[in-house]
Amino acid sequence: MKAHHEVTDYKSSIRPVWCAGCGNFGALSAIYHALTELDIERHTMVDISGIGCAARTPYFLESYKMHTLHGRAGPVATGVQLANPELTVMVTGGDGDGFAIGGGHMPHLARRNVNITYVLIDNHLYGLTKGQASPTSRTGMKTKSTPYGSPDAPVRPLAYMLTYGASYIAQGFAGDPKMCAELIKGGLEHKGFAYVHILSQCPAFNKEETVKYLRSIIRPVPESHDVADADAAKRLLDKFGEKQPVGLIYQVERPTLDEHMAEIVNKAGGSKDYDINKIIELLRP
Amino acid sequence: MPEHELIIRIAGDGGDGVISAGDIIARACARLGLEIFTFKTFPAEARGGYAMHQLRTGSGRIHSHGDGVNVLCALNEQAWETDKNTLAPGSVLIHDATFSPEVPAGAHAYTVPMTYLARQLNFRQAKNMVAVGALSHLLAIPAHALEDAIAATFDTLSEDIVHTNLEAFRKGMAHAQRLEKTDTLHLPESTGEKDVIMLSGDEAAGLGALIAGLGFYAAYPITPASDIAHYLARHLPKTGGTVIQAEDEIASISQVVGASWAGKKAMTATSGPGLALMGEMLGFAFMSETPVVVVNVQRGGPSTGLPTKHEQSDLFVAIHGSHGDAPRIVLAAADVGDCLHLTVEALNLAETYQCPVILLSDSSLAFCKQAIPRPDPAAFDVKERRRWHGKGKYQRYALTADGISPVADPGTPDGFHIATGLEHDETGKPSYVPENHEHMSAKRFTKLKSLCRHFPPPEMDGDATEQAGVGIICWGSTIGAAREAVVRLRAEGMHIKGLYPRLLWPLQTEQLKTFASTCDRILVPEVNHQGQLARLIRAETGIDPVSFTICGGMPFTPGQITERIRELA
Repeated sequence: MKAHHEVTDYKSSIRPVWCAGCGNFGALSAIYHALTELDIERHTMVDISGIGCAARTPYFLESYKMHTLHGRAGPVATGVQLANPELTVMVTGGDGDGFAIGGGHMPHLARRNVNITYVLIDNHLYGLTKGQASPTSRTGMKTKSTPYGSPDAPVRPLAYMLTYGASYIAQGFAGDPKMCAELIKGGLEHKGFAYVHILSQCPAFNKEETVKYLRSIIRPVPESHDVADADAAKRLLDKFGEKQPVGLIYQVERPTLDEHMAEIVNKAGGSKDYDINKIIELLRP
Repeated sequence: MPEHELIIRIAGDGGDGVISAGDIIARACARLGLEIFTFKTFPAEARGGYAMHQLRTGSGRIHSHGDGVNVLCALNEQAWETDKNTLAPGSVLIHDATFSPEVPAGAHAYTVPMTYLARQLNFRQAKNMVAVGALSHLLAIPAHALEDAIAATFDTLSEDIVHTNLEAFRKGMAHAQRLEKTDTLHLPESTGEKDVIMLSGDEAAGLGALIAGLGFYAAYPITPASDIAHYLARHLPKTGGTVIQAEDEIASISQVVGASWAGKKAMTATSGPGLALMGEMLGFAFMSETPVVVVNVQRGGPSTGLPTKHEQSDLFVAIHGSHGDAPRIVLAAADVGDCLHLTVEALNLAETYQCPVILLSDSSLAFCKQAIPRPDPAAFDVKERRRWHGKGKYQRYALTADGISPVADPGTPDGFHIATGLEHDETGKPSYVPENHEHMSAKRFTKLKSLCRHFPPPEMDGDATEQAGVGIICWGSTIGAAREAVVRLRAEGMHIKGLYPRLLWPLQTEQLKTFASTCDRILVPEVNHQGQLARLIRAETGIDPVSFTICGGMPFTPGQITERIRELA
C-alpha cells in the first residue's frame, strides 16, 4: 500500500540551526523516516522536548509539539498522553536533559509504562551551553567545566532503563539514520514506554566521542539475543563494557498507564455524563 | 458569648479519636439544622501528641472558630494541662477519671471514667464515644442525631464497629445521667432542618473541581492539601477523569500543563513547599498561555516550618513566584463555601484567560467543616477555553483585541503549532526581535487587564458612602474573624467598615482606593510576619494601611481583631 505522506510532509518551515556535522541531523532524519514509514497523521502526532540542542527537534516537525522546561519533557508528555491516548506522543532530548536535571522523572516514566517514545540523543556533554560535562561523560573527560578531567562516573542509561522497567529499550547510532529510523519506528509502534538511545557526536565540543570513534565501538546486537529476556538484556549490557550494542535490546508487553487509568474509570463506574448530584448526596450530614 | 451558640473543644492524644468524636457531634448538629464551624489541630507526626477538635455551633451565621471555649472535654491529663487556661467562669469541663484537675473558680467540672468504660467493652479506642455520650446528656444534644451520626461515620468499616461505638456512647450517656448538672449550658435551638451538605475546605475544592468539569488531576502528597487528592482520587474517575500521584510537585504541575494543552481542564493542589517547586513551570504556563489551576493550601512556613499549623504567608510566592514578567491570577478563599465556588471560578478564569490561576486556601480551612447549602451543579456557569474555528491559517499566538488567542487542541486537523517557553511570534516561532518581546509581553498582560473589570467587586460590610473611623481590608480565612469583629462593633454603634477581596492578583486597586477614601484608618489583619497584603496594598495603591499580624500557628479570633480596632478607633 502506498503511503499517504512523504518525508517532506513532516518537515516544518523552520530550518534546524545545529552546527555542521551535528549528530542531531541524523536523528532528525531518522524521525522523519520513521513517521513516514508509519504514515502517522500529522495532527495526531505530538513531539515534546525540554531544553538542549536535541530538544530543539520539535520545531522542525510538522505536527503538534511543545518546547518545555529543562528536564520536564517526560512528565509533560505523561499529561498529554493521558489526556488524549489517541495521540502518538514522542519526547526528544539530550543526555543532560534526560539524566541530569530530568533524571528524577525517568524511573517513573518507565515503571508506569507511559505510552510514549523517548528518543534520547546522547553526545556525552552539554552542547547548548557550550561544552560542559554531562551525566554520560566518561570519568576523566576534559570539558570547560572539568578542565582537570571529570571526577564523576557516567550513568548507564540502558541498564537504568532495564532496571526501571522500560518495556522497550533500543540503542542506535546517529551515523546510521536508517537503523535509528527502524528503532524509533519500533518504539512508536510499541505499546508502552519505549526508550531509544542514540549515540551521537558533537563536533563543536566533544573531540573524543567523534563519529569515527563511535563507529569503532558499536557492535550489532547478536541475532541470537532474546529481546524478551531481561536477564539476557542485562548480560548483554554488562558484557559489552566499553563497546556499545546497537539494535533492539529489550521488548515486553505489559499494561500501559492509560490502560490502568481506563480500568480505574471502569471500577468507579465512571462515564462522561455521570450525575454529579450522586457525589454531592454523599456529603449529606 | 451569645446565647444562641456553643463552642465545644475535645482534646486528647493524637490517637484518642478526638477528631472523629468532634466531627460526629458536628454532623449531628448539621443534621439538626444548626450552623457549624470546626477547627482542628494535630501534631505533625502520624501518632501521638496533643490533638484537639473545636466545634462552634449555633442557629445564627458563624464565620470563624470564635473566641474561647464553653465546653472543654479533656480525654487525658496532657490535654487538660494544655487547655486549662481556656476555661472561663460559667464554662464546663468534662474529663476522664484518670486524673484530678484543679478546676478554676466558676467553672463546672464533670468526671466521666472514659478509659474505664471503654475498657469494659474491650475496646480502648471507644473512649472518645464515651465522651460523646456524656456530652450528649450534659448539653442536651439529641441522642438520636448523635447515634445516626455515629452509624453514618463508621458504617463503611463494619457492623461490629458501629455496634461497639454505639454501646460506648450509651455507657457515657448513662454515666452522665447519674451526675448532677450544675451549669446552664445546652445546645442551641435549631430553626429547622436545612438542605445542606457538610464538608471540609479540601473536599469543597475537590467538589468545585468536579462541578467545573475537571478532567485531569495530578498531585504529590503534602499536608494540608492531601485531602483534595483523596477526594478526587475517589470521585474524579466517576466523571471519566484521571488522577495521578506524581513523583514530585515539579512532575505534577508538568503533567497538569501537558494534560491542559492536550485539551483537558487540569489542576493540582499543594502547599507552600510544593508551590515553590512549581514556580518555573508556572512561568512556562504563563508564557505558553496554557490554562492551569493550583490550589495552594497554605501552612506555616518558611521551609518545613509548621507543617500542620495555620498561616497565610504564601501570598507573595503565589503572585510573584516565577522568574521574568510572569504574573498569575491569584484568588483566596474565606470559608468552605468559597473553597467550592472559587475552585469553579479558578478553573473558569484559567479557561477564559489561558494562564495559571492560583487559589489560596489554608490549613484551618483545609480541615474546617462547615454545612453549606447543597450546590446544584446545573446552576454553575462553567466556561470553556476559546477554541479555533478551523478555518484559514492557524496561529496559536495570534494578536487579538483582548489578547486571548484561540486554541487548537492536538488532534485538530491543520491546527499544528508549538507551545513554547521561548519568546515567540504569533505562530509560535522563536523570535528575539526587541519589538516582538515588547508586544508579546503586552499581549499576555492585556488579558489580565479586563479581569479586574469583570471580576465581582469585593464584599463589604458597611455602605459604600458611609464614613468610618477604621476600615478593615483582609483576605483568606481571616475574613471570617474580621467580619465578626466588624459586625460586633457596628452593633455597638462604632463606625467601622470591612472590605473582603477574593481576587488578590491583579489587585482591584480602584475598589480599594474608593473604600480607603471613606475611612480614616485602614487596618489589615493577616496571619504572617511581614504583613504581605498590607505591603502589596501600599505598593499598588499608595494607601498606607496599619498592618496587624500574628504568626503563632493559629488563626485570628474575632476578639483579637475587635481589640485592635478599639485601640485604633
